[in-house]
Amino acid sequence: METVFHNVTVAETGERFLCGEGESVLAAMFRAGRGPITYGCCGGGCGACRMKIVSGNYVPFKKMSRAHVSERDIQDGIVLLCCVQPRGDLTIRAV
Amino acid sequence: MGFKGTLRPGLVQLRVLDLDKTLDFYKNVLGLNEVGRTSDGRVLLKAYDEFDHHSLTLRKADEAGLDYVAFKAACPDTLEKIKEKVVAFGYSVTEKAANSDQPGFGKRYSFKICTGHTFEVYADVELAAKGPQIKNPDIWSEQPRGMKAQRLDHFLLYGPNIAEAERFCREVFGMYVPEVVNTEDGKRFATWITGSNKPHDLAFVEYAQPNKIHHVGFYLQDWSEVGNAADLIAINHLKLDIGPTRHAITRGLSIYFWEPSGNRIEVYAGGYTAYPDNPQRVWDVSEVGRGLFYYSGQVIPSFLEVVT
Repeated sequence: METVFHNVTVAETGERFLCGEGESVLAAMFRAGRGPITYGCCGGGCGACRMKIVSGNYVPFKKMSRAHVSERDIQDGIVLLCCVQPRGDLTIRAV
Repeated sequence: MGFKGTLRPGLVQLRVLDLDKTLDFYKNVLGLNEVGRTSDGRVLLKAYDEFDHHSLTLRKADEAGLDYVAFKAACPDTLEKIKEKVVAFGYSVTEKAANSDQPGFGKRYSFKICTGHTFEVYADVELAAKGPQIKNPDIWSEQPRGMKAQRLDHFLLYGPNIAEAERFCREVFGMYVPEVVNTEDGKRFATWITGSNKPHDLAFVEYAQPNKIHHVGFYLQDWSEVGNAADLIAINHLKLDIGPTRHAITRGLSIYFWEPSGNRIEVYAGGYTAYPDNPQRVWDVSEVGRGLFYYSGQVIPSFLEVVT
């Protein structure tokens, strides 16, 4: 099966990179070398890559630490980028 | 009799987000052995070269991080003396009954220190069913796996008022402080503390938020095993933080990475032999880059800023 890629746009800067459905938004950001790359554990535990997904569909594929992402945050689109994969074009911005 | 207060940190309970995936890391990559499970689903583990029942407990939770660390006291009498000193120091103590929530462990005293971390102290713990041999012993009885961690070594904690935490470790646990980093105005930025010959049993970095953990350190045989660990980090797609490198502080040979639930792990070899009568080594914070990462002389931002 071919990998489906989506555009991820950084709201503040207009920077754009492609992210496959099978990778995390953070991993795609690393690969592209564009966007506000702040990272730590890449495992959902440390909260370093916490951002808001302003628009677009995505799925969490790993658990995110409740210390950094509350239930209210999830409703507001606040995620850890290491734990979500795109299912459509996304726009992200700093929290 | 060498050590008069605490012997070592003997038990750490960590919170993990994904128990199955994280347990697979601890067993098959770090190389710990599963000792058993509790009725509430926690998993008990030990390194192959440790004698005591277990040294790491994993608890599935919504947040990663540290529940508590427990120190083994030299004997039951010392345990009671430490408890009295904890109370005199001003921290309130809770008693946990023998064989309650940590199988194999005797009575533990639990208390929270100024940095927000929960410490425990105990004297009695059963020997593990599968510990190192003691009669004409081979170097191991089952070939070590993965990174071949030999034992729990130390941990680095982040929290407020580490000067008080350091004083607590000296006055209550009978530890000493082989190495420190001070700010320009002479305040503690970081401190390495031990109750043994290891350069540290624990360390603190001053940090506004309480109860944070930077890493748990496990001991490897030598520098070549640190290289083997680096290979396994790459092969298993674990997130590397920094290394292989050498610390000037402690002189340890080291590599840091994150396990699948986001707790940072160090695997470490070497380090100098500490003695309580040796003069303390003192670093200026302006030189902390060389102190931490001797080869590059530079600290990467994630190392100082990311905690769990």
